[in-house]
Amino acid sequence: MEAFTTLKGIAAPIDFANVDTNQICPTEFNKVPFGDPFYPKVLFHYLRFNADGTEIPDFILNKEPFRNAKIIVADRNWGGGSSRESAVYALMFFGVRCVIASSFGDIHHNNCLQNGVLPVKLPQETCVKLREQIHADPGRDIAVDLEAQTVTGPDGEIYRFDINPVPKRCLLQGLDAIGRTLQFKSDIEAFSKKHHDEVPFLAQPGAA
Amino acid sequence: MAPARTMFEKIWDRHVIAEEEGETLLYVDRCLIHEGSRHTYDKLKRENRTIAEPDKIFAFSDHYVPTDPKQRDTGVEAIPDEKIRGMVKLLASNATSSGIHFYGIDDPQQGILHVAGPELGASIPGILLVGADSHTSTHGALGNWSFGAGASEIFHIMVTQTIWQRKPKTMRITVDGKLGFGVHSKDVILAIIAKIGHGGGAGHVIEYAGSTFRDMSVEQRMTVSNMSIEAGGRAGMIAPDDKTFAFVEGREFAPKGKAWDKALAYWKTLPSDDDAVFDTEVSLNGAEIAPTVTWGTNPETAMPISGHVPSPEDATTADKKAEIEGMLEYMGLKPGMALSDIEIDKVFIGSCTNSRIEDLRAAAEVAKHGKAKIPAWIVPGSTPIKHQAEAEGLDKIFTAAGFEWRAAGCSLCTALNGDKLQPGERSASTSNRNFRGRQGRGGRTHLVSPAMAAAAAITGKLTDVRTILQGGK
Ligand code: SF4
Repeated sequence: MEAFTTLKGIAAPIDFANVDTNQICPTEFNKVPFGDPFYPKVLFHYLRFNADGTEIPDFILNKEPFRNAKIIVADRNWGGGSSRESAVYALMFFGVRCVIASSFGDIHHNNCLQNGVLPVKLPQETCVKLREQIHADPGRDIAVDLEAQTVTGPDGEIYRFDINPVPKRCLLQGLDAIGRTLQFKSDIEAFSKKHHDEVPFLAQPGAA
Repeated sequence: MAPARTMFEKIWDRHVIAEEEGETLLYVDRCLIHEGSRHTYDKLKRENRTIAEPDKIFAFSDHYVPTDPKQRDTGVEAIPDEKIRGMVKLLASNATSSGIHFYGIDDPQQGILHVAGPELGASIPGILLVGADSHTSTHGALGNWSFGAGASEIFHIMVTQTIWQRKPKTMRITVDGKLGFGVHSKDVILAIIAKIGHGGGAGHVIEYAGSTFRDMSVEQRMTVSNMSIEAGGRAGMIAPDDKTFAFVEGREFAPKGKAWDKALAYWKTLPSDDDAVFDTEVSLNGAEIAPTVTWGTNPETAMPISGHVPSPEDATTADKKAEIEGMLEYMGLKPGMALSDIEIDKVFIGSCTNSRIEDLRAAAEVAKHGKAKIPAWIVPGSTPIKHQAEAEGLDKIFTAAGFEWRAAGCSLCTALNGDKLQPGERSASTSNRNFRGRQGRGGRTHLVSPAMAAAAAITGKLTDVRTILQGGK
């Protein structure tokens, strides 16, 4: 996983609420292999492209400077719905490493953290304000500092956000979960033995 | 005395391996996957890892398999779309080479993972089950803790048989009362989501309690638990009882002999203690729930069939107003029109929400009262259900009424296998998501119960099923 420390760049405002993972990555693209050259086109495909593959010029990510967005500022309930991790790959391969929203779908939130994409939860008023500022002055950058847990708005105002210590450490160091878990190998083995001894009917499919 | 615990807390406590910085490492008893696991298997290969306990992993060909019965009879090589065929074959080769349980396209026990899994006894009370699919919450209807995860977390489970979690909050949704004539468990869960909202259960494991759920069959309970995720819930669960035990007993992967006796004794200790405290409590009167439909592009837009499409002017905030306007435009509806005036192009009865034998029986009961005016598909949730329905003669009822009887799979629920709505086409669907594009680009979805879907097939409009059932008497 690629480490996440600080990020500064263009932020694209997505003004509507309830962006589910099916909009982020329409179902038909679930089968696209990770890293496929088509991936940058997956993000919001039905909103960005007509059925014949031509661009829909009105959509924000088809406008300058948002074609180069590294950050998305969304509304509430970003990433609900399907557990597809391809929704995170769609963000990554477009170039987005951070999504700011007032709430997130649980599974997608987790999937982001597993892939080095930072989900930042800020109050709804802040999300609205940031989007208004971006619309008013599209070229200005937003900055994110994970160590300090801050977002700096286009006007320089600083907002603090919360993140749990473990995902923070993993993101900062680019660690994935397996390495961490394998440090608990002996605990897992001891637990597994106890579990199979005490509740074999749970542990073992078809226990007799 | 030990402190009172909810059922969720009992299951959680049973699976704790270790804790670190507010996160808990938990042991996973079962893992269910489908063709979408390609990203997980790719990662196993990229990182050169092996599966720790293959006998705890169950794979199903469901999302990509064709449901056209003729195509199914000719097998996987006959799937015309090369990419779809590739996905079906990829799971088969990944699953067989890694030694996990596998139910492929022509397996007699094949089905949608959340339908076939319980049929196999792969999900039983008390376990921690994780699925590569958000509707894994379905299994909680059997009294276990089941939830969905993405490719990286499934990869983690495959390699370590464990998962890291922060302890979720608990919510109890109590519904008491007898359901009215023509009202089904689907209406109950739609009414719940309309009440608490699309994100109302966020961060919570939901336990459904009360006489309405106790009165339901295990299949009906699965319909409820299935849609927990549509309320934003982390999981849904219902206390196991004699109906649950009868459902599980004798299934291939259920405990047997002495293990069954021990399991039963343990499972009876699972229900939440009387004085257990939930973080959030919600209650509804079951007797007041009517046949329900959704009008918009998330399940929160559910309302009784007697209702009317809302107007942006009713919104209390600018946000809400814009949201309603956007949904009306996408759905092609006018404010104030009666829901029962909405004309439907296609009916889909199927999906892990509503494709079990009782769902098919309820739809068949309605199909006896008329002929389908529009294309109407019946897609059983599993091959065993298909055979059972045929043994009961349901397929004959459907075909005589002009419905199309198909083979088991996810089908039009998610439009992955090529079954899809055309842009602007409108469906009455028994599935669980009415999101934009869910059933095909530009497709418009109204979520309903199987009985309501069959009623829409007969009239060509969203219709109160009670008028058909009563009228036909
Ligand atoms: S039936 Fe629909 S919701 Fe259920 S597993 Fe299949 S695609 Fe997902």
